[in-house]
Amino acid sequence: MPDLLIELFSEEIPARMQELAADDLKRLVTNGLVDAGITYASAAAFVTPRRLCLTVEGALDASPALTEERKGPRADAPEKAIEGFLRSTGLTRDALEERETPKGTLLFATTRKPGRPVADIVAEVLDHTIRTFPWPKSMRWGSGSLKWVRPLHSILCILVREDGSEIVPLTVDGIVSGNTTRGHRFHAPDTFSVNNFDDYAAKLKKAHVILDAAERSDTIWHDATNMAFANGLEVVEDAGLLAEVAGLVEWPVVLMGRIGADFLALPPEVLQTSMREHQKFFSVRNPKSGRIERFITVANRETADNGATILAGNEKVLSARLSDAKFFWENDLRVVQGQGMEAWVENLGNVTFHNKLGTQADLIDRMATLAREIAPMVGADPDEAEQAARVAKADLSSEMVYEFPELQGLMGSYYARAASLSDAVAAAAKEHYAPLGPTDAVPTAPVSVAVALAEKIDKLTGFWAIDEKPTGSKDPFALRRAALGVIRILVENDLSLRITLVFAALIGQKIAYLGLKEKFDGTALLGRDLNETGMSEISELVFQAIRNATRDAELQAGFQEAAFAKIDDLLTFFHDRLKVYLRDQGIRHDVIDACIAMPNNDDLSLLVKRARALSETLKTDDGENLIQAFKRANNILTQAEEADGVEYSYGPDPKFAENDAERGLFTALDAAEAKINPAMKAQDFATAMSAMADLRSPLDAFFDAVQINADNAMIRRNRLNLLSHIRQLCTSVADLTKIDG
Amino acid sequence: MSQTPRSFQEIILALQNYWASKGCAILQPYDMEVGAGTFHPATTLRSLGSNPWSAAYVQPSRRPTDGRYGENPNRLQHYYQYQVIIKPSPPELQELYLGSLEAIGIDMALHDIRFVEDDWESPTLGAWGLGWEVWCDGMEVSQFTYFQQVGGHDCTPVSGELTYGLERLAMYVLGVDHVMDMPFNNPDAPIPLTYADVFKQTEEEYARWNFDVADTAALLRHFEEAESECRAILDQAHIDPKTGKRIVMAHPAYDQAIKASHIFNLLDARGVISVTERQAYIGRVRTLTKACADAFVQTRAGGWSDAAA
Repeated sequence: MPDLLIELFSEEIPARMQELAADDLKRLVTNGLVDAGITYASAAAFVTPRRLCLTVEGALDASPALTEERKGPRADAPEKAIEGFLRSTGLTRDALEERETPKGTLLFATTRKPGRPVADIVAEVLDHTIRTFPWPKSMRWGSGSLKWVRPLHSILCILVREDGSEIVPLTVDGIVSGNTTRGHRFHAPDTFSVNNFDDYAAKLKKAHVILDAAERSDTIWHDATNMAFANGLEVVEDAGLLAEVAGLVEWPVVLMGRIGADFLALPPEVLQTSMREHQKFFSVRNPKSGRIERFITVANRETADNGATILAGNEKVLSARLSDAKFFWENDLRVVQGQGMEAWVENLGNVTFHNKLGTQADLIDRMATLAREIAPMVGADPDEAEQAARVAKADLSSEMVYEFPELQGLMGSYYARAASLSDAVAAAAKEHYAPLGPTDAVPTAPVSVAVALAEKIDKLTGFWAIDEKPTGSKDPFALRRAALGVIRILVENDLSLRITLVFAALIGQKIAYLGLKEKFDGTALLGRDLNETGMSEISELVFQAIRNATRDAELQAGFQEAAFAKIDDLLTFFHDRLKVYLRDQGIRHDVIDACIAMPNNDDLSLLVKRARALSETLKTDDGENLIQAFKRANNILTQAEEADGVEYSYGPDPKFAENDAERGLFTALDAAEAKINPAMKAQDFATAMSAMADLRSPLDAFFDAVQINADNAMIRRNRLNLLSHIRQLCTSVADLTKIDG
Repeated sequence: MSQTPRSFQEIILALQNYWASKGCAILQPYDMEVGAGTFHPATTLRSLGSNPWSAAYVQPSRRPTDGRYGENPNRLQHYYQYQVIIKPSPPELQELYLGSLEAIGIDMALHDIRFVEDDWESPTLGAWGLGWEVWCDGMEVSQFTYFQQVGGHDCTPVSGELTYGLERLAMYVLGVDHVMDMPFNNPDAPIPLTYADVFKQTEEEYARWNFDVADTAALLRHFEEAESECRAILDQAHIDPKTGKRIVMAHPAYDQAIKASHIFNLLDARGVISVTERQAYIGRVRTLTKACADAFVQTRAGGWSDAAA
């Protein structure tokens, strides 16, 4: 049972690719071995900046021999047929066996495929793995044609048995396999040979290489926290940075440095971002003041001066970086304290948002109008919402955000405060981009909500108007994220808002202005009160918006048609995103479809309430069976209505009930209705659904006891009217006909 | 050469000597305004085709938008890059590079050198490569790139390219905080000169011209002219009617592409190019450099031969 040791030694592998590469090496080689008949006891992969390593223990010495039996023609078949069989099996006539079968005497051939030695298989599998390795980005070098993440220098590949190890011979693009490797680039650059995995790991450690990334991470974290603790400080946790730094060093040496006193007044996020992004430093915080006072850097070597030169160099580089940051911070503060944030907004008139959708300043105008409009619906002060929207993106003109784009929004909130704007306005600057991902926190402050919705809805309607919709995996403007953001803000804040009412006029106006090739400013929205507007008025909203843009009737008609199509399409897009959002919460597709089929389906909060109630009900026995009973009722009713050419919607009368089951259903229906009607009014769909589920038993009993299509026409009509009443009641939360099963 | 350099020029000379000793042809700067050493035809064009190549040179580089009137400690509109290009890239290129750091006085036993992922792409050259930025004690001191594509052509063989930002590197080695304070020649020389003595005034002059004075209408015209001249050159028949020789004028055409690229940078500094137009201009320059690359591979230096044709 030999062990296998593989090491692929290259120039520095990007840190972000290392972990996946180790997994891929393990997966590809072990799968290849197993496919070729070599099973093994265990395998593990390791990675450092310069090497990928795989150890496989307890592999088979050879793949098992395979015996294959093939049935041939009858023994008395024509010569030619037998010859053909011999050719295909590679055997001679006397090697065939004759066997009596119900079909007569048949010829059988038994071929034996001998097992292959593990070394041959390893060589083949490794060669293939190297040539087809799934690096996210790979390259050629020198005169070769092999692709690897960076130049590949050596291949160590040995099989280890009790009596020693042997090199598995293979050559990949001129690189001949061997049993040697090198240590740390500077501490131990010479080659050495290894006999087995333990020997390899031990010799590497002597050569200043910690093979296991987890061990490097642990060492770094342990030393860093100890060093900080000894100084009464704490390291700011950053798992991503820790993994990255562990991928940049083979021999981590943790050093703690000082941040110049001049820089300690910078916002902590600025210090942290500058140190993390540019220098890959950990921030070290004073737990008492919460301020970041020092940094941790991780060197890749020991030095005679215990890292003094390295630390001095790093401190100097950081100081230059932070001088820049401080310079930006102070310049920015001077601007906002002197002129407020408006000067920056003006500058954004020179920055294109999208060539068909105008500049950032145009975008801000539209956001301001829209935020003002949305404000009353989300409980925000319209003036404050408008002001917040006007300054939310001002920091894009600041020097700090130019240098650190990832601080956009956050700097805006610092600067808004410096400009003496309200806390709500400052918070909106930071929060209006949120949520950025499915797990990112959703803004809850009313002003932030208004601006965040305005930003996303403007973006979606704009890109819809110019036909820049996401396709397949392409979503360059992150519109799916924007739609999910709108959904989460509305649903998680329980805000009832008919989104088509918000975007109808916007789309109408955008279509019209784009058609006229004129600048779009959002004025179509001014002075409307969306709370007063009903669904029937969507067309009016669109028409007004278009009429403000042009008086040409023919153009108006064309723009209107285009606008309606876009509004429908955008709502469908929202519904699709909603399905993804709810599916992740375990709500079925058909449940959502059943709710989308209901009126006011552009109120996403309402839609989600329906879906949740229905989904919960379907999880109960009564709920599930209610669907069956409902469908039965619906089928009978639909067939009858089609056959009779009438609609049975006249109220049923209990006096025509013929037996207890039927009377029981009438009683149950009254009881259910008494619960459902007030629940529906209160949008308490859970109570309504549970009352519906209570109908399941009486309905089942009714179907058991009663024939709907009774001979007596009066009784039949009454029963159909009864079913119709049940259908109407049962479809008040969702269209149950759309439920599967 | 003393152990530790004391001036900017000593560092340049040390690099020149080092790479000469490793077999590179020490070329001189290209006599045109370029944004980076990569634009020198010794890199851009010579990285194309199959002929081996090995060169090193200083290239004055101009980035009009980086001008700060000589006040910023490390931003300049005119600075020097040191460029090494070897084709095919030798297997020991990393070791050769580290040797060059030793040569300028960086002691490997005391410093922390790191190769940190940095993929290189030049949209105007239609070029990309993979490699690293090299860190010395957290400071980026060089770019190290294996060219994969230049001018839209796959590089076979692959060139290894090293680029040192000379001022920044020298400031680090000499322990200088502001570029203008850096000794240019030996501080003990009869006439010691600092970087400020040589360049402070020109930084001011060019910053003013780049940002506020350059005639944008004329520049726009020059851009168009360079563009059409480049095309006109490349449209010529390969056989010269006067000499009867096959003369493909890749280099004169490439000069025009370089010119267009620099004019674009000037227009950018003048702030007359909008974000959307930017992409269009970059695309136009790329079209030119690609056409020049196509022409260069039709020349002997670019690997063309009568036999193969």
